[in-house]
Amino acid sequence: MPPTRFVITGMGAVSAFGIGVQSLADGLRRGASGVRVMDEWTAIRGLESRLAAPVEDFDPKEHLPRTHRRTMGPMAAYAAVAAREAVEMAGLGEEELACGRAGVIIGSTTGSPSVYEDFYRNYLPDETVEDVRSGTFFRIMGHTCAANVSQTLGITGEQWSPSSACTTSTQAIGLAMLLIGSGRQDIVVCGGADEVHPTVTMIFDVLGAGAKREGKSPAPFDRGRDGVVCGGGAGVLVMESLESARRRGAGIIAEVCGFGHVTDTGHIANPDAAAMEACISQALREAGVSPDEVDFVSAHATGTAAGDVAEARAIARVLGPETPVASHKGHMGHTLAAAGALETIAAVIMMREGVVFPTLNLEETDPECAVANCITRQVETAVNTVVKNSFALGGVNTSIVLKRWQ
Amino acid sequence: MTGGNDAWKRISAVLCREFELEPGEITKEARLGEDLGLDSLDGVDMVVALEKEFGVKVGNNEDFREVRTCGDLLALVEQRLAGNAEGGGK
Repeated sequence: MPPTRFVITGMGAVSAFGIGVQSLADGLRRGASGVRVMDEWTAIRGLESRLAAPVEDFDPKEHLPRTHRRTMGPMAAYAAVAAREAVEMAGLGEEELACGRAGVIIGSTTGSPSVYEDFYRNYLPDETVEDVRSGTFFRIMGHTCAANVSQTLGITGEQWSPSSACTTSTQAIGLAMLLIGSGRQDIVVCGGADEVHPTVTMIFDVLGAGAKREGKSPAPFDRGRDGVVCGGGAGVLVMESLESARRRGAGIIAEVCGFGHVTDTGHIANPDAAAMEACISQALREAGVSPDEVDFVSAHATGTAAGDVAEARAIARVLGPETPVASHKGHMGHTLAAAGALETIAAVIMMREGVVFPTLNLEETDPECAVANCITRQVETAVNTVVKNSFALGGVNTSIVLKRWQ
Repeated sequence: MTGGNDAWKRISAVLCREFELEPGEITKEARLGEDLGLDSLDGVDMVVALEKEFGVKVGNNEDFREVRTCGDLLALVEQRLAGNAEGGGK
């Protein structure tokens, strides 16, 4: 019989709060914000949003040998460091990683934008490739995170690299369930990574969705919200079949029991509440969880005018007006491809601590979002079942259902 | 023309900088692969770095494929520098 239950046995994080799951937990507990004004972007003409939540003081040299580092841009280095933390937490040794039954599913929105910048800065003025280094392609290729993590940790099973911007790592978690459920792999190291770069913030800025309010943004669900603040980092989980975890005697952190995945085709950029609703419902159905069992919704909500309203409506339609809802973009920015995994880790932290951290910068809930219970204060409660949403430009809607392991 | 000792110092500096090696590791007998742990990707970067340092073409030829040690590298660079000087430079 193919496996039907999928558990998390390891977690790794790199975020604006620093390296490690512990740093993330500390940042959330303190209600801290990793967002800062990017003074170095002041000279960029036309860029009106100059806020971001970058990973600070991260020197890959301290964590990775040169032979691995040379093919990594910042995002792949974040992914490798987070993946190593996750694998160590899961107690996976070299032999288990190299046996062919363990794979990698880690994606990013694009290859490293800072490496692209360096390349084109040299290439374009005189159209020369004379100075191109051997590592350049490996830093900008679409599967830079998955490939570099596989190489660094010696993981020899399947290597996948989903790329769907803000839904990337939630897709990676869902794909891990499919891969393990099909019997092709026992263990999957899954997640996503992205890095702060002005050309990423620009994407939201040109769509009129880049936040500008210093010290107050992003403010998901807030009446005065003014858009997205991008963040950098990586979130990586070790997922495996329950049988595999038990066989290894691994410490089980949580169970992932449902995955919703729905595409809306009404518009490539506009959110669609009906599709979000269908997505959440699909995840609950697959999990065999009824709406009244859900203790908390970890919202995608990035602070955009339309997206937050659509998500609040979808949550309220499926789960009613009482279930606590919070987004953690105010803390660590919108980490795009890393968001789903980092926020899943945040959800696990909340499960462990019996608390729901509220949305940072949410002071006055937009009446249109108030159909859902967008909490503004910390809630002490048993967090046993969580819905985690991630939605992306392009019409991608994903949700997972997590259960506390007890 | 660049003197041999000067060229050696510059090659040594390039190798240390590019591949995070210690100056003591760079001897004329040191083998690039077996002793210094450099591989084919490093070979590509070594050519780019040396061409930038000396302003002469080093790679993409049979001679470079024959390079095994740091001493071979010095000989190749000196040969290119000499050829360049004879040809009037470029």
